[in-house]
Amino acid sequence: MEIFKRVTEYNFMAKKTMAIVLSSVVILVGIISMITHGGLKYGIDFDGGTLVQLKFKTPPAIEDLRDGLKTIGLGDSTIQEFGSKNHILIRVEKSEEKLEEIGSKVKNSLIGKFQADDILVERVEMVGPKVGKDLREKAILSIIYAIIGIVIYISWRFELQYAIAAIIALVHDVLVTMGAFSLVDKEFTLVIVAAFLTIIGYSLNDTIVVFDRIRENMRRKGKTSFADVINMSINQTLSRTILTSGTTLLVVVALFFRGGEIIHDFSFALIVGVVVGTYSSIFIASVFLVYWENRTISKRA
Amino acid sequence: MLGAVYLSYPLKDKIALGLDLQGGMHLVLEVQTEKAVEASLERIADDIKREIEKEDYEIDRVSADYENKTVTVLMVDAIDLEAVEEIMESFTAYLKNEGKVREGRGYQFRLSKEEETRIEQNAVSQGLETIRNRVDQFGVAEPTIQAQGDRRILLQLPGIKDAERAIRLIGKTARLEFKIVDESVSPQSALNGSLPDGDEVLYKREENIETGEVIKTPFLVKKRSALTGENLSGANVNYDGDFNEPYVAITFNSIGAIQFQEVTRTNVKKRLAIVLDGNVFSAPTIQEEISGGRAQITGQFTTEEARDLAIILRAGALPAPVVILENRTVGPSLGKDSIEQGVNSIILGAVLVIIFIAIYYKLSGIVSITALMLNIVLLLGVLAYFGAALTLPGIAGMLLTVGMAIDANVLIFERIREEIRNGKTARAAIDAGYAKALSTIVDANITTFIAAVVLFQFGTGPIKGFAITLCIGIAASMFTAVFVSRVIFDSFMSRKKVSNLSI
Repeated sequence: MEIFKRVTEYNFMAKKTMAIVLSSVVILVGIISMITHGGLKYGIDFDGGTLVQLKFKTPPAIEDLRDGLKTIGLGDSTIQEFGSKNHILIRVEKSEEKLEEIGSKVKNSLIGKFQADDILVERVEMVGPKVGKDLREKAILSIIYAIIGIVIYISWRFELQYAIAAIIALVHDVLVTMGAFSLVDKEFTLVIVAAFLTIIGYSLNDTIVVFDRIRENMRRKGKTSFADVINMSINQTLSRTILTSGTTLLVVVALFFRGGEIIHDFSFALIVGVVVGTYSSIFIASVFLVYWENRTISKRA
Repeated sequence: MLGAVYLSYPLKDKIALGLDLQGGMHLVLEVQTEKAVEASLERIADDIKREIEKEDYEIDRVSADYENKTVTVLMVDAIDLEAVEEIMESFTAYLKNEGKVREGRGYQFRLSKEEETRIEQNAVSQGLETIRNRVDQFGVAEPTIQAQGDRRILLQLPGIKDAERAIRLIGKTARLEFKIVDESVSPQSALNGSLPDGDEVLYKREENIETGEVIKTPFLVKKRSALTGENLSGANVNYDGDFNEPYVAITFNSIGAIQFQEVTRTNVKKRLAIVLDGNVFSAPTIQEEISGGRAQITGQFTTEEARDLAIILRAGALPAPVVILENRTVGPSLGKDSIEQGVNSIILGAVLVIIFIAIYYKLSGIVSITALMLNIVLLLGVLAYFGAALTLPGIAGMLLTVGMAIDANVLIFERIREEIRNGKTARAAIDAGYAKALSTIVDANITTFIAAVVLFQFGTGPIKGFAITLCIGIAASMFTAVFVSRVIFDSFMSRKKVSNLSI
C-alpha cells in the first residue's frame, strides 16, 4: 500500500503568502484570546492553590456542593466536573498550612447533603505560592535551555539559517498551541510544560527530516532554483511526513480518549502540536529558508 | 535483550509504580531554619545570663535580637563590664564582640556567620532524621525521605492510607516543655497588662465533643522551661483505670530523671504545666519530689491521637518547625483507575499502529513491529534496572517512544521504496535506504533527546518520569529501529535471493 504512487509535485512554495497569512491570523487570534482571558490560565503548579478531587457514587448537584462548601469558608473556589459527572474537582485559591486537612474538611462539609460512604476523596494537591513561583521559573528556564541546546546542535549539523528557521517554526508551534489552550480555556500545569517540550522535540524532528533532504538535494541541485529544491525535498518526504504524523496522531488520539482525565490536557496539547508541527515544517521553516536565500542573493547583487 | 526480559519480568514485581499510579503522598516541607537560629540565640542569651549571675554581678538585662542575630548584655554598672568580658571568653567560638553599647554599660555580640550556617544545616539534617524516625514508626513501606536544596525535605510515602494523619504526625514540631505555673498573679490580670517579668501566657485548648466549640483556658507560666523533652527515653500509650481513657506515659533517661527530680523537689505544691508546641496539655500540682523519671501526659485523647503523640515523642522534636510547601496525595482507587486507563490507552495506541504498519508495509512492517516490541521490552528492562518508577506521564513518554520508533522505520522504508522506484534491486535498495535515512534519524532523535535531557534536568516529579522514559525510549528505539530491524532484513536476504521486497 502506498499513499502516493510516485513522488508528488505540489508547489508548496507558491502557497507561502497564504501560509503566512493563515499562521498570522491563527497566532493573532490566540494572542487576543490570551489577552481577553487576562494572560495564561495557570494551574496550581504555577499559581499555588489547592485541588481536591472527589468521587461520588451518584452524580451530585453542583448547587449542593456549593452550599456545603460555603460552610467551611474556603474563600474563592471553583467546582467543576472532571471527566465524568461523578468526579468533581474543587480548586481553592488558598494554599495555607491550615488547609492541611482540607480533604476531610471538604468531605465533612458535604455530609448531610450526601451519604458519607458515597463520597471518596481521591486526590488532594496543594502547592504553596513559593513553590509555584519556583516551578514557573524552572519551566521557563527548561524551555529556554532546550531551545539553546537545539540551536547549537542544528547550527553544527546544518547552517545557522537552518537553526533559525527551525526555531521560528517551533516558536510558531508553541504560540499556536498556547493560543488553542487559551481558546478552550485549559490550564497550564507542569504536565502541559512537558507536553510543550515534547511538541518542541516533535516539531524539530519533522523540520529536520525536511532539512536533511534539502541539504542532500542542494549537493546536486545544478540550475534548479532554491525554491524548487525545497519544493522537491518536501514532496520527496511528503509520504513519510503524513505517515509519521498519522501514526503519532493515532497514538495521541488513543491517549486523548482513553488515557484518563489526568493526561487529557496533555494529549490535547500533543494533538494540536503534532498537526501544527507538521504544517510548520512544510510551510513556516521552509518559507523562511527561501526568504533568507533571496535576501542573501539580493545583497550580493 | 534477554537481560532486559530478565530484568523486567515479572512486570508486577520489577517495575515500581509511581505515586500517581499506586496512590500515595508526595510532600515537600520547608524547615524554618531561622526559627532554629532564634532558639539558639535565646538559649545563648540565657546561658550568658546564668554565667554572669553565678559570679554575682548585677545584670540589667541580656537580650537577643533575631533580626540582626545579636545578643546584648547590659549591666547595671559599667564597672562590671570587665568581668563580663572575662566570662564571655567561653563564648568567643561563635560570638563576636562588636564593642560597647549604651554609654559603656554593655556589650553587643554577634552570632558568627559560620555558626548560623551550622545551626541551619543542623536543623535540616536533624529534622530529616527525626522525620525519618517518625515515618519508620508510623509504618510506611519504602518511603523516600531526602533533603532537597538548602532547607527543603522531600517525602514520598507510597500506598499511604490516612494521609492527613501522616501529615499531622510528620509536621508537628513536638517540642515538649515543662513549665512552672506562676500563681502570684491571675492569668486574666496578666493578660490585662500586668505580665510579670519572665512570664508568658499559654493556653490550654479543649474541644467540646458535642458542639465542636473550642474552649481556651489561659495559664501564666515561667517563660524559661524547667525541663524539656530532650532527655526522654520512652513514651507509651496507657489507659487510665477508672474511665479507660488513653494517656501517654513518658520515661526520662538518667539525665532527664535527675532534672525532673530536681524540678519537683524545688517546686513542691506548685503547678507544673506540660506544654507541647506552645499548647498546655495539663498542669498538675506537684505533690512531692518525684524520683525515677516517670510522668504522664493526659488530655482529651483518642487512642489514635495518644498513639501518634507517643510516636512523635519517641522520635524526638524537630529542631525547627516545618511548613508544607507542596502536597500531592493520590488515593489508591484513583491510582488503580489511572493505571487501567493508562495501560488500556497504550495497548490501544500500539495495536492501532501495529495494524496500520502491517497493512501498509506488509512483511517489512512485521519486521518493524518486531523491532518495536523489542524496543518496549528494552525500555521496561532499563526502567527496572535503574529502579525508576513508572508514572502516568511515564506511560505517555512510552507512547511517544512508540511513535518515534515507528518514525525511524517509516523514514527507512520510504527511502527503500524510493530506491526501488529508481530501479535498484531489493538488496541495494535496503542498503541505500538504511544508509541515507540514518543521518536523518540520528539528527531527529538527538534533537528530541536534547529536549528530554533538559526536561530531566529541570523538571520535577511527574515531568522527570516523562523525561526519563523518553530518554531511554529514544536510545532504545535508535537501537531497535536502525540496528535490530537491519539485522532481521539481512538474515532474510542472506538466506535466499530475494528479488521482490515485501514493502
